[in-house]
Amino acid sequence: MGIYLPIAELSANILVLLAMGAAVGFLSGMFGVGGGFLITPLLIFYNIPPAIAVATGANQVIASSFSGALAHFKRGTLDFKLGTMLLLGGIVGSTLGIYVFALLRAIGQLDLFISLLYVILLGTVGALMMVESVNAIRKSKDGAAPALKKSGQHNWIHRLPLKMRFRASKLFVSVIPVLGLGAGIGFLSSIMGVGGGFIMVPALIYLLKVPTNVVIGTSLFQIIFVSAYTTIVHSTTNQTVDIVLAFVLMVGGVAGAQYGAKAGQKLRGEQLRALLALLVLAVALRLAFDLFVRPNTLYSLTGIDGGHL
Amino acid sequence: MRLAAILAAALVAALPAFGAALAQAQLPNPENIQIGLSTDRVAITADFSGADLTIFGAVENADPLINRQGRYDVIVVLEGPAKPVVVRRKERVLGMWINLDSETFENVPSSYSVATTRAFRDIAEPKNYKQLALGADNLYIQPADTTDDPVTIAEFTAALRERKKATGLYSERIGGVQFLSANLFRAALSLAPNVPVGTHRARAFLFRNGVFVKETSAQLAIYKSGFEQTIYRFANNHAFWFGVFAVGLAMLTGWLGRIIFRRD
Repeated sequence: MGIYLPIAELSANILVLLAMGAAVGFLSGMFGVGGGFLITPLLIFYNIPPAIAVATGANQVIASSFSGALAHFKRGTLDFKLGTMLLLGGIVGSTLGIYVFALLRAIGQLDLFISLLYVILLGTVGALMMVESVNAIRKSKDGAAPALKKSGQHNWIHRLPLKMRFRASKLFVSVIPVLGLGAGIGFLSSIMGVGGGFIMVPALIYLLKVPTNVVIGTSLFQIIFVSAYTTIVHSTTNQTVDIVLAFVLMVGGVAGAQYGAKAGQKLRGEQLRALLALLVLAVALRLAFDLFVRPNTLYSLTGIDGGHL
Repeated sequence: MRLAAILAAALVAALPAFGAALAQAQLPNPENIQIGLSTDRVAITADFSGADLTIFGAVENADPLINRQGRYDVIVVLEGPAKPVVVRRKERVLGMWINLDSETFENVPSSYSVATTRAFRDIAEPKNYKQLALGADNLYIQPADTTDDPVTIAEFTAALRERKKATGLYSERIGGVQFLSANLFRAALSLAPNVPVGTHRARAFLFRNGVFVKETSAQLAIYKSGFEQTIYRFANNHAFWFGVFAVGLAMLTGWLGRIIFRRD
């Protein structure tokens, strides 16, 4: 069953798109991630032009994060002040990302840059997660309690100036790493079409030592607003948000997420993280494969601004 | 055309001897070709997956003798709106395939669909097609920077044609034009699923005994229908509000999903 995507200007199979949305939704519900890092590569594998896949991915991330965020807003498990500082950084990073995006598109290197970023980031995060979860599984088998870092430990981040107090997180840290982290994630959001939760959550826990109860809520708060900003700016400058495509993916996604969440409750934390790590590594490998294997055709056509024809 | 015919007739009537001599010497058989489209607008709807376009036409004042020998040939072309195109070539750098060289071309027809009565080589000499810039391989594709190395330009031009053919935008249907009677013909052209929107031009070329006689053309608008068009226009003309709307829709979908599949 075909559906015409008015912005991508091509026909796609609506069942494939729904299944894609549902599968990613299932995984995102199971692992508690936004799924942007899976949707964008999948769309690229499905021959959607990367520029459209990225902007549409950013739009889809909002839907998958919003219902989770609502729950956290209701329970108040978020640090509003920290989220706002992250968001400020995010907007700067996202704006910079949009400029880089348009520049790369004009010189024909956007696809390469997107793939490289995905391979590097997913490869690193996937490998780290894999090592961490395998260690955890081994330790729990040995019967020893997992060694947690002391929360009072200080690192170089706590020696930076411009300190600010975040009451909900019981933190007194410099705003420089907070703004920097927000900006980095915002940059990735506009170039990769991801929410960035898979980087934000570990960074908040391990770098800033934010208490785990407010981490997810604060991360979702930042992701929603940065993704919304990214979607609007992509739409305004590049006209690459395909709302029909995004909507089909969202519908599949929200439905799939509910079943994924149920499935996730049956698996243990370390096993879940090991599975997610495998998945992340598989996506990175698949993208790396396309970079290193000789393509069927060496030539490609684009419009004058680098956009699709 | 009709006016011209009437004038010619009047001339022949007024000066019978001279007129007849003139007609025999210069215009023994002033054939003409006409085409008509069943519709001058094609809508692309949500389930569009390519289409066939039929163009009817007639050869006027056909010579019955040549007609009987089947020496009239027709080539019909549907040409999409011209756009500038950048062709890029990947090369291996550090093991990765990266776009390096590129060539920009001006006014490249975005699509080019051809139907003919017979194989090109059976209709006329190759040089005729070159002169008429007829057929995907003879289209003149102008590089933006003519000072570039001709070998490179030729390579990228060939690649452009090859890519356009591979995506179905440049297509050929040998035997796609059929004579229904001595004068009437029908051309079946294919519109690719990714056919570009805009004003397309249908052109018909008449050949007699391998010699080009006459050309005619008609216009065809291909546009996105209702819903698709509305979205496309909205996205281009009100880009900011389109983005705001996309964000709102995403939030609404997320919120509804939470209500419908409540899990907490």
